[in-house]
Amino acid sequence: MTYQRLTREQMAARVARDIPEGAYVNLGIGLPTLVSNYLPKDREIILHSENGLLGMGPTPLAGEEDEDLINAGKQPVTLLAGGSYFHHGDSFAMMRGGHLDICVLGAFQVSADGDLANWHTGAPDAIPAVGGAMDLAIGAKQVLVMMEHQTKQGDSKIVPQCTYPLTGIGCVDRIYTDLAVLDVTAEGLVVHEMIAGLSFDELQAVTAVPLISDFQKKDA
Amino acid sequence: MINKIVESLQAAVANIHDGATVMIGGFGNAGMPAALIDALIEQGARELTIVNNNAGNGETGLAALLKAKRVRKIICSFPRQADSQVFDALYRAGEIELELTPQGNLAERIRAAGAGIGGFFSPTGYGTLLAEGKETRVIDGRHYVLESPIHADFALIKALRADRWGNLVYRKTARNFGPVMAMAARCTVAQVSDIVELGGLDPEAIITPGIFVQRVVQVGQAGRAMESK
Repeated sequence: MTYQRLTREQMAARVARDIPEGAYVNLGIGLPTLVSNYLPKDREIILHSENGLLGMGPTPLAGEEDEDLINAGKQPVTLLAGGSYFHHGDSFAMMRGGHLDICVLGAFQVSADGDLANWHTGAPDAIPAVGGAMDLAIGAKQVLVMMEHQTKQGDSKIVPQCTYPLTGIGCVDRIYTDLAVLDVTAEGLVVHEMIAGLSFDELQAVTAVPLISDFQKKDA
Repeated sequence: MINKIVESLQAAVANIHDGATVMIGGFGNAGMPAALIDALIEQGARELTIVNNNAGNGETGLAALLKAKRVRKIICSFPRQADSQVFDALYRAGEIELELTPQGNLAERIRAAGAGIGGFFSPTGYGTLLAEGKETRVIDGRHYVLESPIHADFALIKALRADRWGNLVYRKTARNFGPVMAMAARCTVAQVSDIVELGGLDPEAIITPGIFVQRVVQVGQAGRAMESK
C-alpha cells in the first residue's frame, strides 16, 4: 500500500474536527495556530490567548491592525463580540486552575507516558526561553499535541523517554501526527486512527515505542 | 489634596537608585512604557534588576536599556526571540544574569508579592529544569513546586487613562502585566495617554485602584495604530 502523509494544513483540519461546541481552547504558537483556520463555523468555540484575551478573532484586515491587540505570538488579532480582556494573573489562573478545556501544543518529543518536551533543545549554546509552555502543558483539562511523526532526519518524535528537557510530566492526552492519532493511556499508546493506506506495521516501524491498535485493545 | 500626577518624565523616574529592582510592564511592545524606559536611560541608574516577560525587542525600549549596560540581571519568561539581538549578545558575553521563570509563575510570583503571600505551590514546571533545587510537595495527589514572590522597588507600567488618585484603566491586551506589577512595587509609576477629573472613570471599570499607584505621567496619545510594514 502507498500512503500520503498529511500536510500541516490537513493536520490542523484534523485537530479542529475534534474540538467540540462550547470549548475554551488555547492554541499554542506555530503549527497549532493553524487549527483556528479550520474550526467548524457551526460551533461556538472560544479561543484564549495567554497574554490576556478570551474570544480571540481572526487576523485583522490590512491597515486595521492595533498594536494593543495582539496574541501570544505577538501577532495582531481581533476580538469577537463577547470577548474580554484581563491581566496576566487572571489569564494564567484560567490555565493553572483547570478552566480551559483544551490546549493544543507543538512538540519536539512526546514520551509513551505523555511527557512533553517542547521548549528547549538543551543545546549548550541555546538561550533558554519558556514563555507559557510549562503553564499550558499542565493547565488544560485536555492537552493535545500536534507534530510531525518523525524529525527531518527520520527519527521518531514519539520516544520511550524524552531526551530534550521536559516541559511537563505525564501531561499529554492525545497526539496528532501526519500519520496517526494516538491516545496516551495507562496501558500505553493506543492508535486511534491512521491515515489512508498506512498499515499498523508500517506505523509501528517508524515509532520508537510499542503501539497498541484500537482493535487489539478491544479484543484484549 | 492627593495628586499623584507628576509633570515630567524626569520627575516620574526620579530616585530610581543604582541596584534597584524595577518591574517593566508589557508583553512585547503591547503595554511597554517606552517613554518611562527612555527617561530611565537618561536618568542613569545602573546595576538594575529588571522584571519583564521578555528581554527586549529590536533596539528600542527595554532593548535600549539593556544596550546602555544598565541591567545586571533580568527575570523573565521569554528572552529569546527573532529580534532579541541586544539581550542575546549580552547573555553570550556573560554580561547579564538571567532568571528564567515560566510565564504564569512569573505573573503569580509578582501577584503574590503584591498580595502579601510569602510563597505558593504551583504545579507548573514540576519535574523540569526550571524546578531544580526548589522545594516540592504532593497535595491531593498532585505535584507542586514552591515558588517565591518577586518584590520590586519600582514598577513602570503603561495604562490608557488615569485620574489624580492614580486609578487606572488599560487598553486591550496592553493590560497584560500592569495590574499585578502595580501591586508588587513600593513605587508604581504609570505612563498614561489621558488624565481625567476625579469621577471621570467609571468605578465599575477601574482595573487598578489608585492605592497601588504612586505616580502618574501623561505622555499623549501616540502609538495607538500599528504602522504598516
